[in-house]
Amino acid sequence: MTVFVYAAIVFGVLAFAVGTAARAVQYARQPMHLRWELYPVPHERADRAAHGGSYFEQSEWWRQPRQRNLRGELAAMLPEMLLLKALREFNRGLWYRSFPFHLGLYLLAAAAVALLALAGATLGLGGAWPGGAFGRGCVTAVTAVGAAGLALAIAGACALLLRRIQDPALRAYSSPGDFFNLGFFIVALSALGLGWATRQDGAPGALAIAAGLLRWDLAVPIPALLGAGIVLSALLLAYIPLTHMSHFVGKYFTYHAVRWDDAPLGEARRLRTALSASLAHRPTWAASHMRGRGDGTWADVVATNPSREDGP
Amino acid sequence: MRPRTKFSDLARADREPVARIDPADLPPLSSPGPPPAKLAAAWPARMDAAGYPLDGTRVLAFPDPATKAERDALVGAFLSGLEKLFSRENNWTFLQPLLLSMEHCARCQTCSDACHVFESSGREELYRPTFRSEIFRRLYFEHVKGGGLVSAWQHGRVEVTWPLVARLGELAYRCNLCRRCAQACPIGVDNGLIAHEIRKLFSQELGIAPTELHASGSMLQMKVGSSTGMNAAAVRDNASFIDEEMTEKTGVAVETPWDVEGADVLLIHNAGEILSWPENPGAFAVILNAAGISWTMSSDIAGYDSVNYGVWYDDAQLARVARMHAEIAKALKVKKIVVGECGHAHKALLVVADRLLDGDLRIPRESALTLLRDIVAGGRLRLDPSRNDFPVTLHDPCNVVRLMGVVEPQREVLRLVCPRFREMTPHGVDNYCCGGGSGFAVMGGNGFQDWRSQVAGRRKLQQVLDAFSDCLEPAVRKYVCAPCSNCKGQIRDLLAFHDVWRRHGIMYGGLAELVVNAMKDVNPGFIEWEWR
Ligand code: SF4
Ligand code: SF4
Repeated sequence: MTVFVYAAIVFGVLAFAVGTAARAVQYARQPMHLRWELYPVPHERADRAAHGGSYFEQSEWWRQPRQRNLRGELAAMLPEMLLLKALREFNRGLWYRSFPFHLGLYLLAAAAVALLALAGATLGLGGAWPGGAFGRGCVTAVTAVGAAGLALAIAGACALLLRRIQDPALRAYSSPGDFFNLGFFIVALSALGLGWATRQDGAPGALAIAAGLLRWDLAVPIPALLGAGIVLSALLLAYIPLTHMSHFVGKYFTYHAVRWDDAPLGEARRLRTALSASLAHRPTWAASHMRGRGDGTWADVVATNPSREDGP
Repeated sequence: MRPRTKFSDLARADREPVARIDPADLPPLSSPGPPPAKLAAAWPARMDAAGYPLDGTRVLAFPDPATKAERDALVGAFLSGLEKLFSRENNWTFLQPLLLSMEHCARCQTCSDACHVFESSGREELYRPTFRSEIFRRLYFEHVKGGGLVSAWQHGRVEVTWPLVARLGELAYRCNLCRRCAQACPIGVDNGLIAHEIRKLFSQELGIAPTELHASGSMLQMKVGSSTGMNAAAVRDNASFIDEEMTEKTGVAVETPWDVEGADVLLIHNAGEILSWPENPGAFAVILNAAGISWTMSSDIAGYDSVNYGVWYDDAQLARVARMHAEIAKALKVKKIVVGECGHAHKALLVVADRLLDGDLRIPRESALTLLRDIVAGGRLRLDPSRNDFPVTLHDPCNVVRLMGVVEPQREVLRLVCPRFREMTPHGVDNYCCGGGSGFAVMGGNGFQDWRSQVAGRRKLQQVLDAFSDCLEPAVRKYVCAPCSNCKGQIRDLLAFHDVWRRHGIMYGGLAELVVNAMKDVNPGFIEWEWR
C-alpha cells in the first residue's frame, strides 16, 4: 500500500508539472498574431488605465515614450487570480460557489507545500519534529489550512455540481466529462478528508506520511482510506492538465498574450522578425480570391489585388 | 414559452427556421406612447425558405446541393477549412487567440448576460454567445484534435452535416464582434473571435461571404476605389459639391485639398459619409482649414475610402486594403494618416493591421478624434458652446473604445462644446454595441435590417431613451453623437424603424458637426434638425 501511495504522489506531481508546462509551451510557441486587445489594458499609464484608455489617446502617440505600468498590471492580476474578480463582477451567483472551490484548492496547495517543508525540516532535525509550542503551532496551522482547504473545495465542488445539474443553461452545455470532473474532485477530496479524520490513534498523519515519502520509508503504515484518498487526489492532479480545468494556464495567455498585448510592431525587433517569417508561409486556402499571382506566400497574396485581372 | 433551441436543431434537414422570434418575446422598450404600427408586423413574418433557414432572416447565399455527393463535398470543404484555421501556415494571424478560446471554456455562461443580442432577443438560445462557439468547439475536438470516444465524453459532440454547416455559417453573422462577452469572461475566452474565425473559414475556404462585405464591399473597393462604387472622378465631384454647400452654409470658403504631396495629414473618411452624411466630411474641412492644419485627401484607389471590411470576415482582404492605404500615404509623402469618424476603419488600420505594416509602409496612423481633441482643447478655434444648447449623449463605437482604448478624446471635445452632454449607462469600454457592428450596418436584405433594428440594436435604443428620459418630449431636440459611420447608419435605421425622431425628437450625427455648430466664425445653425 505504502509504495503505491508514494508512487502515486510522485506520478501525480510530475504529470501535473509536465502536463502544465507542455500546455504553456504549446501556447507560447504559437506564432505572433495580429493585434486583438481588449480595453482596459492595465499596464497603460495609470490615468489612462483608469478609464480604459490606450496610448492612442495621445496625439502623435508614436513619438511618445511608452510607459509600462507594472504596478497597474499587478493590481489587476492579483484580485483576478486570488479573488476571481471578473466572475464576482459578472456572475455573482456562480462566484459564491466557484470562489470557495478555488480558495479551497489554493489552501490545499499551500498546505501541501508547507507540509513538505515541515517534513524536510523533520528530516534535517534527525527524524522528529520538535514538540514545543512553535513546533506544535506549525503543525496546527498547516493542519488548519489543509482542513479548511478540503472543506471549502469539497463544498464548492458540490455546489458547482448541483448548479450544473439544476441550471438548464449550464446543463445544456455540459458534457458528461464536466460532471465527472466535479465528481472526481468530490470523491477524491472526500476520501482524503475522511481518511485523515477517521484514522486511528497512532496511525501516521499527514506530516508522518510526507516525511516518510521524503525518506521513501515503506514501513510507514498508511491507513487504507487515507491512502485511497491520496492516490485519488494524485490521479486528479495528473488529470487536470489533460482537460480545460487547466484554464489557469490558458488564462495567463488570454490576458497577457491577447487582451493586454498592445505592443506596436515598430518597437520590437522580435515582432518584425516574426512578421517576416509569417509572410513567408504559403497558405492553401481554396477560395479563388485567396491566391497570389507570384510565389504563393502570404507576402504575395496580400500584394495581389484579386479584383484586377491584370495583376496587383 | 418557446422551446430551447438545441445544437442538433442546426442539423435539421427540414426547411423550417430553427428559431422563430416573436416581437412579443422581446424585452419591452421603456419608450412611452404607442409603438409604431409596423413594429409588430415587420421582420418575423418574413420567413425565408431558401437553404436551411436559421431564424427568418439571411445574409449568406449558399449553394443548395441537390445530391448527397454535392453535400458531402461541401462538408468536406468545410472540414478542410476547419483544419486550416488551426495551422500556422494558413492562420498565423489569429492562431494563438483561437486555440486559447477553443481549449479553455468552462461553460459557465458568464458571458451570456453581457451580450446585447442574446439579451435583446428575449434570451433566444441560438444567440447565446456560447451557442455557436460550443458547436464549433465540438467540431474542433472531433475533426482537428482527432476526436474519439474519450474526446466526445469530455467535450461533447455534434454530427457534421451540410444543414449544420450552412446554419453555422449564417449564425456567425448574428454576432456583432463587439467582444463585450470576452470582457466578461473570467477566463478570457472570446466568443466574438470564434464568430470571426468561422466567418473567415467560410470566406477563405468556401468563398462564401455576404455580398455587401465581399463582392460589393472589399472587392469593389479594390477595383474602383470605394465600396460605395464611387470612382475617383465621382468622389471629387461629390466633394466639390460638398465644398460649395459648406461654403454657402457656413459663410466661410471651404475647399478640400486633393492629392497634396508632403501634406502633414492624409485624411481618409469612410466614403459612405460623402454620400450619406456629407455634413461630416464638410465639417472636417471647415475645422481643419480653420485650425490651419496642412492636410489632404487622396483620389487614389481606396485612398478616399477608409473602410476595410476584411477586418470582419477575411484576413487577406484586410491586409490588402490596409496595405493600399499605407502605399497611398507613402506615395503622397504625408507625415501621418488620420482616420475619420469610422470605427472599424480605426481598428483595422491602427490596431489589427499594425502587425502587417512594416518598413516604408509603417506610416504613422492616428484617430481623427484625437486630432479634433487637440484642435478644440488647444484653443485653435473660436467656440461658442451655447450654440449647442441641447441635450447630447455619446455612443461609444466598440471598435474605437473597447477594442482600441480611445475613450476620452471625444468626451473632452463634447465637454468643451456641448454644455448639456450626458453619458449613457453603461458607457466607455463597458458600452453596448449599436447593433450594426461587424458589417451589419451595411447589410439589409431578406429582413436583416428589421432584425438588427428589432434585436441587435434594441439595447442601444433603450440606452438612448434612458439617457434622455428627462426630456423625451419631441419638442426638445436631442442629439446622439455617434463618431462612427457604421454606427450612424445603424442608429439612423434604428431611430427610423422605431419612429423615434417623430415621437421623441431624437436626432443623430457625428462629432465634427457639433464642433462646427459651436464655431463662432461660421454662420449659426450648422446642424439641421430635419430627419433625412
Ligand atoms: S466563454 Fe467564458 S464566460 Fe462564456 S461560458 Fe466559456 S468560460 Fe464561461
Ligand atoms: S461579440 Fe458581442 S454580439 Fe458577439 S456574442 Fe459577444 S457580446 Fe454578443
